[in-house]
Amino acid sequence: MFDSGFIQVKHLVKYFPVYSTGVLAKKQVGQVHAVDDITFNINKQETFALVGESGCGKTTTARLILNLIAPTSGEVIVDGENIFEKFNSSNKEEKLKIRRKMQMVFQNPYGSLDPRMTVSDIISEPFVIHGHLEKEKRSERVYELLKLVGLEEYHAERYPHEFSGGQRQRICIARALAVEPEFIVADEPVSSLDVSIRAQILNLMGDLQKNMGLTYLYISHDLSSVRQISQRVGVMYLGEIVELADTDELFDNPLHPYTQALIESVPIPDPKVKNIKARLKGEVPSPITPPAGCRFNPRCSKATGECSLKRPELKLVGKGHYLACT
Amino acid sequence: MAETLLKIEGLKTYFFTEAGIVKAVDGMSFDVRKGESLGLVGESGSGKSVTALSVLRIVPKPGKIVEGKIEFKGVNLLEKSEKEMQALRGSEIALIFQDPSSSLNPVYNVEKQLRDVLLAHKSVPKEETHEKIIELLSLVGIPDPEIRMREFPHQFSGGMKQRVAIARALALQPTLLFADEPTTALDVTIQAQVLELLEDLKSKMGMSLVMITHDMGIIAKMTTRVVVMYAGNVCEIAKTDDLFAYPKHPYTALLLAAVPRLDRRKTLSIIPGNIPNLIEPPSGCRFHPRCKYAKERCSDTTPVLEQVGPDHFVACFESANIILKGES
Repeated sequence: MFDSGFIQVKHLVKYFPVYSTGVLAKKQVGQVHAVDDITFNINKQETFALVGESGCGKTTTARLILNLIAPTSGEVIVDGENIFEKFNSSNKEEKLKIRRKMQMVFQNPYGSLDPRMTVSDIISEPFVIHGHLEKEKRSERVYELLKLVGLEEYHAERYPHEFSGGQRQRICIARALAVEPEFIVADEPVSSLDVSIRAQILNLMGDLQKNMGLTYLYISHDLSSVRQISQRVGVMYLGEIVELADTDELFDNPLHPYTQALIESVPIPDPKVKNIKARLKGEVPSPITPPAGCRFNPRCSKATGECSLKRPELKLVGKGHYLACT
Repeated sequence: MAETLLKIEGLKTYFFTEAGIVKAVDGMSFDVRKGESLGLVGESGSGKSVTALSVLRIVPKPGKIVEGKIEFKGVNLLEKSEKEMQALRGSEIALIFQDPSSSLNPVYNVEKQLRDVLLAHKSVPKEETHEKIIELLSLVGIPDPEIRMREFPHQFSGGMKQRVAIARALALQPTLLFADEPTTALDVTIQAQVLELLEDLKSKMGMSLVMITHDMGIIAKMTTRVVVMYAGNVCEIAKTDDLFAYPKHPYTALLLAAVPRLDRRKTLSIIPGNIPNLIEPPSGCRFHPRCKYAKERCSDTTPVLEQVGPDHFVACFESANIILKGES
């Protein structure tokens, strides 16, 4: 399962320790099961979306793939290379080489740009770190990147506070593109932006993908935008992938009770479609002591006794459609 | 037509900052009818929250209501004394804030926060507050209210906190409830629960609800009439069905076209440019720099709301000459 693809994630696990709040002795009292044995792949030049509610492990997954945090166990293979092995064994130069393939665009463009650097400094910092472009060519490349994301040359000498949220997110995208990456993780790139600006950024990301052959991991809780820009979707719940399918298939034919409830919860901007129903009662359980068996079983209307005993595995149930539900 | 409960006319609320005067609300007019669900939709800086704060006269400094009329049940609220306003807040007009984590007091338990509201307005005799609090908490769907009322806000999840905030707002059975982005801080499945609760309570208590949001999906689901705001002005007022089917203001149409929907793929159209600066807003129609239909007069004269159909008003000179595409 998922043995090919540009990015392969295999049995990835990340637990965060939880310590007691004692004054003297710090004792580990448990662990947050942030990501618990997930497997999926991302094909070249596609947009793969991870969706789920807060705390389901989407962002942790992204950070693991980029090797920003070390996994508890599992593998991530990028373009045929096992990146955790590579990172543990190789020298600085080789590490930088892997990093150049993968970049990230963060959720909050107000927090992810250094307020004391000019836009030109921000976008050329990757050149300084990676040294892949001669000094003389750098400013010209900055101008090219600014144009690419829909900004002007004169913006280069300004500071982040002079820009609106949408423009800042464009700067973040330009910075990510500076190292000519193949793969970009976009973690909620539009959720802090205004509605009229969101479409601008989503369309920009789509155009860049077409023109530069980029591969995206798009992380979002906004299912409407996921339907819009992704080709495949994985639905996460409490650290696990419960369903994975092509985007249209997933939205038109959701099989997992959680996916169904999630889709039904989203109000559609059309008064003729009175879809939304609050199908889910209660809240997401604590990831420190997740429910046994299927993690969704305490909230699931179709749960049987068996669901609380055995954890269902992700299995192929249709063309490209995977489901973890008995 | 239902009776008018609240009538806002030519409201101007400015913020006198060091950088200049921010015209957050600049000539707002609309009404809220008895028992209806009205949507107030707009992007950040459109003035929707400031409008709600103005009605309750709790605009924070350096903000000030400089002009206009806010008639509630036929009486101008701007002429009332502070004491009279205090009696009105909560008992007649209530407000639910966006972020329940910051609108609840972290150092008091839930019981105390609800009791304060009940006692401040002397609506319930002291002996009965306990019963009333339990009743309120069960009304908003908090399990084991007798135990949970002794807990503090940090012991509640986001959705549960918002339920407490709703219970507090409804404690005195107001006739008008402003809900300012009540679900923005919540996850979608929890959002669905809270929206359902609000709808349910609204019909049970027969109050009017003003839903302030930037989410067109919530507007479509929750409201029967909509006021579209842009940069401190009203662009369009219409019945929700009409607004989605036949938008008359170019901004409304663009906003609808820019919002992705979950039930199908569509090409997202772009609204060019950015939201204007409210210290020096564009002259004339504030949307004209971003509007492809703008003519010369749009930049020098401010359009006023004109009736274009039953219950349908639009502030646009060109609306008669252009055909706009709706969503449904």
